[in-house]
Amino acid sequence: MNALQRIGRWIGRHLVLAGGIGVLIYMFIPIFVVVLMSFNAPKSRLIYRFDGFTLHNWLNPCQDASMCSAVARSVQIGLLATLAATLLGTLMAFALVRHKFAGRSLANLMIFLPMAAPEIVMGSSLLALFVAAGVGGKLGFWTILIAHIMFCLSFVVVTVRARLAGLDDNLEKAAMDLYATPSQTFWKVTFPLVFPGILGAALLAFSLSFDDFIITNLNAGNTTTFPMYVWGASQRGVPMQVNVVGTVMFVVSVLIVVGNEIHRRRQEKALAAS
Amino acid sequence: MKLTTATPVAKAERTGWTGYILMVPGVIWLLLFFVIPFYSLVATSLYDPNGSTYAGYQMTWAFGNYPDALAKYWQPLVRSLVYGGVATFICLLLGYVLAYSIAFKAGRWKNLMLVLVIAPFFTSFLVRTLSWKLLLRDDGFFVNFLQFLHILGPDGRLLATPVAVVAGLVYNFLPFMVLPLFASIDKIDHRLIEAASDLYASPIRGFFKVTWPLSLPGVVSGTLLTFIPAAGDYINAQLLGSPQQRMVGNVIQNLFTDANDYPAAAALSMMLMLLILVMVLFYVRRSGTEDLL
Amino acid sequence: MSQVAENTGVRRTGSAGDGLRLVSLTKEFANFTAVKSIDLHVPTGSFFALLGPSGCGKTTTLRMVAGLETPTSGQILLGDKDITFEKPYRRPVNTVFQNYALFPHLDIYENVAFGLRRRKAGNVDSEVKEMLELVELTSQARKKPAQLSGGQQQRVALARALINQPEVLLLDEPLGALDLKLRRAMQIEIKRIQTEVGLTFVHVTHDQEEAMTMADTIAVMNQGVIEQMGAPADLYENPKTTFVANFLGQSNLIEGTVKGRDGDFVKVDMHGTLASIPLSRSHTTDGGSDGLGWVGIRPEKVLIADVGEDIDAPGNSIPGGIVTDVSFVGVSTQYLVRMPWGQEMQVFEQNTGRRRIFNTGESVDLSWRPEYAFLLDHSQDADAGVDVVAAP
Repeated sequence: MNALQRIGRWIGRHLVLAGGIGVLIYMFIPIFVVVLMSFNAPKSRLIYRFDGFTLHNWLNPCQDASMCSAVARSVQIGLLATLAATLLGTLMAFALVRHKFAGRSLANLMIFLPMAAPEIVMGSSLLALFVAAGVGGKLGFWTILIAHIMFCLSFVVVTVRARLAGLDDNLEKAAMDLYATPSQTFWKVTFPLVFPGILGAALLAFSLSFDDFIITNLNAGNTTTFPMYVWGASQRGVPMQVNVVGTVMFVVSVLIVVGNEIHRRRQEKALAAS
Repeated sequence: MKLTTATPVAKAERTGWTGYILMVPGVIWLLLFFVIPFYSLVATSLYDPNGSTYAGYQMTWAFGNYPDALAKYWQPLVRSLVYGGVATFICLLLGYVLAYSIAFKAGRWKNLMLVLVIAPFFTSFLVRTLSWKLLLRDDGFFVNFLQFLHILGPDGRLLATPVAVVAGLVYNFLPFMVLPLFASIDKIDHRLIEAASDLYASPIRGFFKVTWPLSLPGVVSGTLLTFIPAAGDYINAQLLGSPQQRMVGNVIQNLFTDANDYPAAAALSMMLMLLILVMVLFYVRRSGTEDLL
Repeated sequence: MSQVAENTGVRRTGSAGDGLRLVSLTKEFANFTAVKSIDLHVPTGSFFALLGPSGCGKTTTLRMVAGLETPTSGQILLGDKDITFEKPYRRPVNTVFQNYALFPHLDIYENVAFGLRRRKAGNVDSEVKEMLELVELTSQARKKPAQLSGGQQQRVALARALINQPEVLLLDEPLGALDLKLRRAMQIEIKRIQTEVGLTFVHVTHDQEEAMTMADTIAVMNQGVIEQMGAPADLYENPKTTFVANFLGQSNLIEGTVKGRDGDFVKVDMHGTLASIPLSRSHTTDGGSDGLGWVGIRPEKVLIADVGEDIDAPGNSIPGGIVTDVSFVGVSTQYLVRMPWGQEMQVFEQNTGRRRIFNTGESVDLSWRPEYAFLLDHSQDADAGVDVVAAP
C-alpha cells in the first residue's frame, strides 16, 4: 500500500475531519502566497506574479519610505488605541460583572451594538459627526485614534467580562477570610487571575486596530495607515515589501499565540504533577 | 440580544457608586463616538442635497434623499445583500464542517486547530485579499485548471466576476462563522449523540435531529456575524471585482470621500443599516431561537 | 460478517438461543485492556447487575452490548443472532444513560417518542401516552427536560428506552445522580417496572447495596474480569475471592495453615485455634505451595463474649481479644477487637437488649458457627476491594 492509497483510505474513514482539514488548508492558501511573494523579484510593478527568488525585499523593507512610515503610524495608533480601550474596557467589565447599577441592560446594548453594526455605517456616522463638529478639515491621526478606541472598546469588554464571569468568586471570599483587605484581595487574587483575559483583550484590540481599513479610510483625511497604503498601492502596483510586513505580522502573532498555549500547557502539567 | 457571549452570571454584586464610576469613562466614549455620530448620520441624511462641503449643509428635512438614493443606487444595495447572503451560506457550509471536525473529531489536536483557524487573520486583511487577486488572475493556476476542466470557457475569467467577489467575502469572514459554531457544537454532550444512535437514529438522522438543532445558537450568531460585515464590505468588490460588482459600501465610500455628496451617502448608510436590521430580526424570529440568544 | 463465522461454535455457555450471551468478549484500548475475555449469560426476563468499582470494565462491557464500543475480539449474541458488529441504531437494545442524556431541545413527549419516530412506528401517540402513564409523568409531557427534577428526568430516560420494547435494556449507573432517599425509592420503582414489562434488564453499578436490592443475578467485575457471579445472597454468604469478600459488604480475613480435608470439612490452624470450614465454602483445599489460606468471616457472624463465657457456637472459641473501639450505631454495635496475633477484627452485634455492651479495653473471647466461615486462596491480596473508591 503506497502513501497515496493510505491517505485515500484515511480520508475515506475520517471524511468529516478530512473536510475540516481541507477548509483549514483553504484558509492558509493566501498566507502561503504572502510568504512566497515576500521573496519575489518582480519584473514589473504592474504585474503581480512570482517571477524569481530574492532576499531583496527582506533586506530593504523600507525601499518605499512611505510604506514604512505608514506601518509606523499604524503601530503607533494601534498601541495608543489598545492602551486606552483596554483600560476603559477593563473598568467596564469589572463594573458589569461585579457591581450593581441602574441601566445595566442599556449599557450592555451599547457595548454590543458597535460589534454588530456594519463598519461602513459606523465609519460614516463618525465622519458625519466630525464634519458637523467642524473638524472635517482636520481629519487625521487623532480622529483615527478616536475611532479605533471606540470600536476596540466593545471587544475588550466582552473578552475581559468572559474571563471575569468564569472566575470562582469563592477565591475572593477565601482571600477576605484570610485577612486580606479589599484592595489586597484585588491586587493579590482578582487581578492576577483576570490578567490573561486582559492581555488577550489587548492583543485582540491591537490586531483590530492595526488591520482596520473601512472606518479608518473614512476618517483619516490625508493620514495614511498601513492598510490604507496597501489600498492605494493596489491601484498603482504593489511593492513586494508589503508581503514582508504581512509575513512578519503572521509570524509574530503565531509566536504569541503558540507561546501562550505552551505556557498554559506547562502550567497545566505542573498542576497535574503537583 | 447577545450573540457572542452568554450572559455572565452576576455574582458577588456590590452596590454603591463604584459601579457607576467604573462605567462612566467608557460609556462617555461610546456616547460621544458611537451614539451621537449615529444621530449625526441621521441628521446628515436629511440635509439639503444641494449643499456641499464647501458651502455648508442646511437642515431641510429632505426626506427625498432616501427615495433619490434608492432610485440611483438600488442595484449595489441589492447586490450587497445578495453577495452577503450567498457568502454567508457558503461560509455556513464550510464553517460547519470545520467547526464540527474541530469539536468532535480533532481529539488532542483541538486547540492547535483552533489556533490555526485564527492565525491567518492576523495577517492584514488587505494583503490577504491581494493574494487572492494573484491566485485568481487570468493566466493563473485556478483559471487554467477550470479551463482544463471546461468549467470555464477559453476566454473565461474569475477576476472581476461575482464569483471572485463572493469567494473573497467567504474567505475573509469564515472565522466569524467558525468560532461561534465551534462554541455551540463543542458544548453538545457527546452522550446525546450516542443516545440518538441508541434510539434507532442513523448517523445522518441523528445529526439532523440532535446535533443540528442543538448547534442552532451558533448557527444564528455565526450567520449574523458573517452576514453583517460581508454585506457592508467593499474591499473585496474593489480588489477582486469590477465596476459591475460594485457593492453599496463602494458607493457610500465614494460619495463621502470623492463625490462629497454627504446627504446621499448618509441616506444610503441608513438604508443599509435598516435593511440589515429588518433581515436580522426576521431571520432570528424565523429560526425560532430568540430564547436561545 | 466474516469475523463472526470464524468464531462461531468456539464456546457456548448455557443453552443456545435464549437471552443475551457474551462469548470471550475482550476490549483493548491503546494502553490497557478494559475487558478481558469475559463470558456471560443473561436469561430473558432477568434483572442482571454488573457490579464493580470504577474502571473495572463494567461500563465498557455495557457500551459494547449497546454498540457504542466495538469489541477487540469475542462475540455478543442476542438469542440466535450475532450482533457483535451491528450498528447501535440497528440493535434491539436500548440504554438508560448515566446522567440520562435527555435531548434538551425536545420536550418530554418528543424525547419519549424519539425511538418510535425513527423506526416509523404506527400509533406513536397512544404508546407515548401509555408509557408516560407508566412512569407517572403524563402531566409533564410538554415540559423541557431542564424543567424537571432529577427523579423525574430519571423516569423520562427510563420511559424513552422502555417504549421501544428492547430485547435488552441497559442501565448505566442510572441512579448515580440522585440523592440517597430518592435512590431508594427509584430502586423499588425500577424493579416494579421491570416485573411489569418483563424485559431483560442489565444494570451497571458500583453500589453493592443497589445491586443486591434490585438484581436476580450479580456479576462482580474487577480489572476487566468477572470475579464471581450468582444470586445476591450466594455471593454475600459464600464469596470465592478476597475481592468479592471485601467489596460486597465487609469481611474479616484471618491467615491460617491449611491442615487438609476431614470429611465434609477443611481444617485450618488459625494462630493456634483449629477452625473447620465446610468443603462447599472452601475455595482452596491444600493451601497451595505455602500451605496457607485466608479464613473469612463476616463481622455480623462473629460472636463476642466475656472471657470464659459460654458462646452459642459448637466449635472452639478464640481467646485473648481486647476491645479497642466501640461504635454504637443504633440497631447494632460495632466493635474492633485486637487479637493476640495483632490483627484487628470487626464484630457487629445486634442491639437486642439481651446482652450488655462491651467497653474499650475489656478482654473478650470471639467465636462463630463454622457453617458461616469460608476459606480463600492465600495468594490473593487480603485487602483487594477494601478501599476502592465507590465513584462511577
